[in-house]
Amino acid sequence: MFNHGTLERHSLLLVAGILIVVAIGGIVEIAPLFYLESTIEKVQGMRPYTPLELAGRKIYMREGCYLCHSQMVRPLRDEVERYGHYSLAAESIYDHPFQWGSKRTGPDLARVGAKYSDEWHRAHLVDPRSVVPESVMPPYKFLAATPLSFDDVAGDLKANRMVGVPYSDDMVANAKADLIAQATPDDEGQDAFKKRYAKAEARDFDGDPKRITEMDALVAYLQMLGTLVDFKTYQADAPENRR
Amino acid sequence: MQPVTGPRQAQFDLFVVPAIFVIFLFLGFAVAAQTHDPLMAIQAWTFMAGIGIALAFFVKRYSEGVPADDTGAYANDIIKAGVIASMFWGIAGMLVGVVIALQLSFPHLFYFPDIPESSFGRLRPLHTSAVIFAFGGNVLIATSFYVVQRTSKARLAGGLWPWFVFWGYQIFILVAGTGYLIGVTQSREYAEPEWYADLWLTLVWVAYLLVFLGTLWKRKEPHIYVANWFYLAFIVTIAMLHIVNNLAMPVSWLGIKSYSLFAGVQDALTQWWYGHNAVGFFLTAGFLAIMYYFIPKQAERPVYSYRLSIIHFWSLIFIYIWAGPHHLHYTALPVWAQTLGMTFSIRLWMPSWGGMINGLMTLSGAWDKLRTDPVLRMLVVSVAFYGMSTFEGPVMSIKAVNALSHYTDWTIGHVHSGALGWVGFVSFGALYCLTPWLWRRERLYSLALVEWHFWIATIGIVFYITAMWVSGIMQGLMWRAYNDFGFLEYSFVETVEAMHPYYIIRALGGLLYLSGAIIMAYNLYRTARGDVRVGEPLALKPQLAAA
Repeated sequence: MFNHGTLERHSLLLVAGILIVVAIGGIVEIAPLFYLESTIEKVQGMRPYTPLELAGRKIYMREGCYLCHSQMVRPLRDEVERYGHYSLAAESIYDHPFQWGSKRTGPDLARVGAKYSDEWHRAHLVDPRSVVPESVMPPYKFLAATPLSFDDVAGDLKANRMVGVPYSDDMVANAKADLIAQATPDDEGQDAFKKRYAKAEARDFDGDPKRITEMDALVAYLQMLGTLVDFKTYQADAPENRR
Repeated sequence: MQPVTGPRQAQFDLFVVPAIFVIFLFLGFAVAAQTHDPLMAIQAWTFMAGIGIALAFFVKRYSEGVPADDTGAYANDIIKAGVIASMFWGIAGMLVGVVIALQLSFPHLFYFPDIPESSFGRLRPLHTSAVIFAFGGNVLIATSFYVVQRTSKARLAGGLWPWFVFWGYQIFILVAGTGYLIGVTQSREYAEPEWYADLWLTLVWVAYLLVFLGTLWKRKEPHIYVANWFYLAFIVTIAMLHIVNNLAMPVSWLGIKSYSLFAGVQDALTQWWYGHNAVGFFLTAGFLAIMYYFIPKQAERPVYSYRLSIIHFWSLIFIYIWAGPHHLHYTALPVWAQTLGMTFSIRLWMPSWGGMINGLMTLSGAWDKLRTDPVLRMLVVSVAFYGMSTFEGPVMSIKAVNALSHYTDWTIGHVHSGALGWVGFVSFGALYCLTPWLWRRERLYSLALVEWHFWIATIGIVFYITAMWVSGIMQGLMWRAYNDFGFLEYSFVETVEAMHPYYIIRALGGLLYLSGAIIMAYNLYRTARGDVRVGEPLALKPQLAAA
């Protein structure tokens, strides 16, 4: 007959018991997500982030935007009406790490892309209360004044490729050129860039054609959020997509 | 068994532990010299400064020979250091909390557009990490080192290694905290430090586990006391969570940046499996260990039920691990995982209240002490808050409730009723006990000041959590409100505007709580000096015997 006293007298048995007991829940809940096919919907349009968007995403994380903004629209009537189609698992397959967030001190950003003009984003980031007087968001004036550091952007693509993002050799080799092309409308690398990244927008996001700043990168990232999946071809009610 | 820390052992460690620090000092220097990443250079120099402080400590401590504390029956100096560190980080972390509460209340006054380091997004992880890991972590390390020695009747194992754990942990805090300010983060909540800080913490944590186990191996009691089960579960499980959740690919060995091994939905559940069990094992199991030692000790009563302790322990650690998905209700996480997470979260109510009952009923026959002993009252009220938050948590994990509460301040209020009421108060109670015990004083400097602390902090908590309940539920209802024409009634920013008064009340609550902690720091300082406040009796009760 088992006696709890045995565990109380043998520290390593106790440690082993603890490890077994705490391992079970994680194994049952997390492991299936990696192989159950129904976990991620089949969609059209997802592509890896462009180098400029990836740099913008780094700034988004660095500044802790995820602490106040979610990127996860729930399938609730008011959220779908306020923000747009509810978020799919397929939309964050290239997100290392995910940015779903846990708090909405500010609104959800999963579908903020293409909703406001670049100019609005710039004014809002520099001084949020100049466009939304009741806002409690911090000002990010320094973004427009800080040149983007992107000499090593190929390294970011490579690291992402190591963890599973399908960046091609071509994309890695041209990472820096693509970044410049996306932020510089009349750049000669424009066509090659657009061939590599479908539906990517190229323009001078920060309104300062002379240089590429952190503002360029962040606005480029914000403007593409939630715009990739083609919801015309996505059938939410199809049996394979019912959740 | 004899304690392994004879003079020879001590001399050997005296060489080894500082030598390890020196090796890392060189490593830090190599990184600082080689890196092209300016942030990495700052991190490396900060790391070296931390090691420098630790080495200076060793030089000072051993410059005049081996102190008596190194050969005594119990190691006490390290726990004294832990008490001081806890108080320091606690006040620092709460202060940052008040600052960010004020930023949300008065954005015109408390944001500085030209100082990126001062923005909410960088200070918020500093606040959470400082109060959870710096304050809470130091309380856990210090009390675990105290409790495992007393309940094992053995000196702390490993010679100088406990000091490696202590200083290694402070260096981790220093690197992580300053990192947030300059923009170094993995953007995983409560796991923000980047890959190199995570590796360093792993090393420190393994040393912590070995010191703790080594002390248990030397014990002269046949049985391992219940508080130590909880400490062990805390140390072992945090190691597992920390390692899995921080799996990442660095861009370069000389750069700060890394990318998580997992993406999207898998990454989200891994993170909240970690995130919720940082609550379950750091902020619950570890502090329950404090409850199981300090409440019986201060009430001078045995733990209410041995059998309940066993059931409480195993059911709590088994069920907690499953609760992570309730952070992802109605997200793109598959519904089966959400339902599983909800089911286990509701079940979690039972072991939680089992533990609460075991703590509260320990006072059987000693309830009168609540009237006369403010330290015991603090400990007991902490358990009451524990019961309240662990009831609220399962309610919020129900999907229908969560649809309203998620993304709102209700969550913030829930966290703080647990953090301020349970973790804060049980820690304060333990520190109020430890200070006179460790510095060998008859009693605390002033029990009247403990009363003040208790009431100011309690009022602060009430302000905080009621403000967050109202603002959270109000905002959740405003988001889903429709007008007569079937359109959404409120724009997002109207809900932000409506929360303004509650944000001010919250900041006030936080300020009160911080004020209480400052009173406490003063009280502990005077106690350590050996002062007794004029007008208070010297011996309230024979407390010294407990040490």
